Parts: sequence; structure tokens; C-alpha cells
Amino acid sequence: MPQFLLLKYYRGGPEQHHPFPPMDQWDPEDVEAHLAFLRHVTELLKENGEYVEHQALTPERTWVRYGGPDAAPVTTDGPLPETSDLVAGWWKVDVESRERAVELAAYTSSEPGPGGGPLYEWIDVREVMSGSTSGD
Amino acid sequence: MTDNPTGQLDEGALRALVPRVLAGMVRRGEDFDAAEDALQEALVEALRVWPERPPRDPAAWLATVATRRLVDARRSEAARHRREEETQAEPRPAATEEGDDTLFLLFCCCHPDLTPASQVALTLRAVGGLTTHEIADAFYVPEATMAQRISRAKRSLRGRRLDQPGDLAVVLRVLYLIYTAGHAGRVDLAAEAIRLARQLTLATGEPEARGLLALMLLNHARLPARFDPEGRIVTLDRQDRGLWDTREIAEGVRVLQSALAAQTEDRGPGRYQVEAAIAALHDDSPSAEETDWPQILAWYDDLVALSDDPIHQDPAAVLGRAVAVGHVLGADAGLRETDRLREVLGDRHRWHAVRGHLHELGGDLPAAAAAYSEAARRATSVAERDHLVRQAARARAV
Repeated sequence: MPQFLLLKYYRGGPEQHHPFPPMDQWDPEDVEAHLAFLRHVTELLKENGEYVEHQALTPERTWVRYGGPDAAPVTTDGPLPETSDLVAGWWKVDVESRERAVELAAYTSSEPGPGGGPLYEWIDVREVMSGSTSGD
Repeated sequence: MTDNPTGQLDEGALRALVPRVLAGMVRRGEDFDAAEDALQEALVEALRVWPERPPRDPAAWLATVATRRLVDARRSEAARHRREEETQAEPRPAATEEGDDTLFLLFCCCHPDLTPASQVALTLRAVGGLTTHEIADAFYVPEATMAQRISRAKRSLRGRRLDQPGDLAVVLRVLYLIYTAGHAGRVDLAAEAIRLARQLTLATGEPEARGLLALMLLNHARLPARFDPEGRIVTLDRQDRGLWDTREIAEGVRVLQSALAAQTEDRGPGRYQVEAAIAALHDDSPSAEETDWPQILAWYDDLVALSDDPIHQDPAAVLGRAVAVGHVLGADAGLRETDRLREVLGDRHRWHAVRGHLHELGGDLPAAAAAYSEAARRATSVAERDHLVRQAARARAV
């Protein structure tokens, strides 16, 4: 069955449907409700038999490239426009179809935001290329 | 079992006993879910105990141990005395008809209410006798996820009548799904699907079951030539035909012929027999140049005619036919056939790959390169993506 990443971003993606401040400025109970929902999504995926893994990334980013022969790697953490995409984490799911992945992403995006209403966060759905060699 | 130092055990033979034992338990009125769990435990126990103490009647041993597990589970008693009991278990063999059992269990596992993923998982466990770990491995998901999928499937079967004849078309589709899932981890799913299809043909005289087995064998025979030593895809027209498994081809042809012979005037061959016939024509051809495309096209005409609305119901058949049309009537005719599928398959890599092939056939290499690039962008497996990128680069370099 196809596998997909449901990617969450710190920033980037289409314009927010519903602008919201960074999470550290939310009321504590809203933060708790939000995090509880994310745990619930993971539990739900496990219950459905659709779960593969989930990961969260720190927002720290270092770009690295080969520096050339006998030279140290070149690194940079900027300058990058504030709008550049920055992945925050993902769920990897194993589902019947792309439609099911989209359905799960939409549900994830209904996570509670400040004030308890849905966040309408954009979720990036990406298919994972299979490494298996088909028998057909 | 493979690293058991004390003895050799034929795991395939052990797993072949599963349908008979499980079906017997369910027929006696045991709950499918609980019986299946208990039998899995008995299998694990057999792998442990048999190398030293092989039973006189393996199926009866499994049935007895599994039934005790059920009873134990009900009483939730301590398991202290199990081992002694098991090594002495030698009950009367039950008289059952093996073929019926396989069919009965396949109908349970391929219940139309289950999702395809659940049907596949349950079939591999309850009929194939594979462990949850092996199935999880083969499908690249965590064991806990596969365990959950199986137990959910079994739960949704609870309370449903399992003594009714099931839907053979669903069973065939599930076995074919297992076949095409390919090879990953320790388990060769294609080989497992062939084993199950062979069991099915012993259980039913339905020609389509034999058609499916023939199709699997005739495709599987080419597997050794399908990848080069570096793991790169080799297309049919470039394969080293000396690597094809002639024994498998011979068996596939034999099985197909017996299926086709069973057809009647008012009921022609079904889709698996037709697809097997196409595969047989490829397998029969001494070289790519000598492929009997007119005959292949005739079979594709039959395949497409099986659907009322082939464009939407069976686009893969229409696409395969377009290739045959290209070889018989020319590349342009083939491309026109693919045009009809643009709306349905236009965002799939296979559609673009076929168009690349047809453009190449017609000598239009720039168009071929563009189509291969489009296909590569949409590929969903690494091997196919890499292959299509190479095809595009090759067409551009000429």
C-alpha cells in the first residue's frame, strides 16, 4: 500500500487560512489541548493500522555543502528569507489511497488553535517512493 | 526456525497445514478470531518442539495444541503444564477435505466488507501461515501496525456468517494483489501468492483460478531477467530470454491450456486467462522482434471487451492494448489509443511511459524523451523512477 508523509511546517506553505500567533504566545490550556490532539492523531493512526512513524524536528537548520578538495565543508544557517519553508515534523502513514492520506491530513489540520477553534493549518502530503520491486 | 540447531523442519509443509486445521476449528464452532490466534501460538510451539519430537500426525497435533490454547485462554489458567501436554498430544486425525478448507478460509479472509489491505494481511496470516512480523516486514510497516490491522479485520468479521459461499472474484483479486506486492524482507510475496493460488486451484475447478495461477507463473518466469545485477529494470524487449524459467513457463502454459479447455460456448475466458494468454505469447517468443503482436492484440481486444466501459473500468487493459496497436498498426495509431485515456490516466507514470515507448517506436526521440521525463516525475517507486530517468537521458543522447 502507498505510504505518505503528512508534513507540518514551522513556516512556509500557502498563505494561512486563519492567521495565528506562534504557539509560545498561546494560553497554556490551548497549548495543552493542541498537544493532546496531536497525541490523539498518533493514537488514532495506530488504532487504524495506518501508522508507520512520526517525528518532530527542531527549528534549528544548518545548510551544508561539500567545500571542495582539502577544504572544510561549507555551512550556513542563512541568510534565508523568513518565509522559506521549514519542516517541523511528520506522520508517516500506510494507507489504501492518496484520498485517504488527504482525508487524514485534513483531520490533522482541524487541530485546536488559540481559543480552541480549528487551526486550519496547511499540511503537506507527500507520497513516499516504494523501494520494493513489483512482481507484475 | 532457520537457525534452529537441533533439527530441520520444512516450514513450507508446516504452513500448508494451516488452512485445514483452522477451518476444522471454525467448522466445529470456534470463533474465527480466537481460533486463528490460538493456531498462531501452536505454530510457534511446533517450530520449537518438532525438531526434537516430530509428531506422527502434524495436523492433528496442531489442532490439539491450538484447541488447548483456546481452552486455556478461556479459563485463563497458568501455562505451566502446557509443554508436557503438548509433547504427548497425539489425537486421532480428523477426516477433512483439504481443498474445501482452503476455499472456506479464503472466503473468510477475503470477505467483501474488509478493505483490500485487511484482506491481504488476513489471508497471508490465516491461510498462508505467515507471522505478523513477516507480513509487516513485507509491507514496510511496524509489526504493531500490522497486528492492529489484522485484529481489526478479525473483529469486523465477528458475528458474520462465514458458512456462506464467498465471492471468488474477490479472492482472486486479493491473491493477485499479494503477487504484485513483490518482494521485501524475508518473505517472497510473489512466491507465496503462487503457493496460495496453487492451493486454490486444488480447491475449485473454476477456470479463472487456474487462469490466475497461469498468469502468475508466466510472469514470474521472467523475473530473473527483469533486473540486471545492479538492480536496474530491464524492459521486456531487452531481456536476456535465456534467463527465463522454462520450467515455470511450461507449467504456466499447461495450467492455462487446462483452464481454456474448460470454457463453454456461452462463457468465454475471464480476465486472468486472457492476461495469461498474453503473457504466454511473450514467453513463447524466441526474441523481441519475433513477438506475435497481432495475436497479442487479438487477446487485448477480448480483454477490453470484458468491460462495459473499459476506459473507466479497466484503463490498464486499454493502455496495454495501445502498445499492441502501436506494434501492429504503427506508433501513431497506438498514440491515438492512449489519447482516449488522457483524462483517466494522464497523471500516472505508466501512461507517460507507454507514450514514450510509442514515440520511440515511431522514431520521434525528442517526444519520447519528453514523455519519459514526465513519467519519471510521476513514478512511485525508486527503481521505476531511475529507469525512466535513464530512458529519457538515452532518448535525448541519440
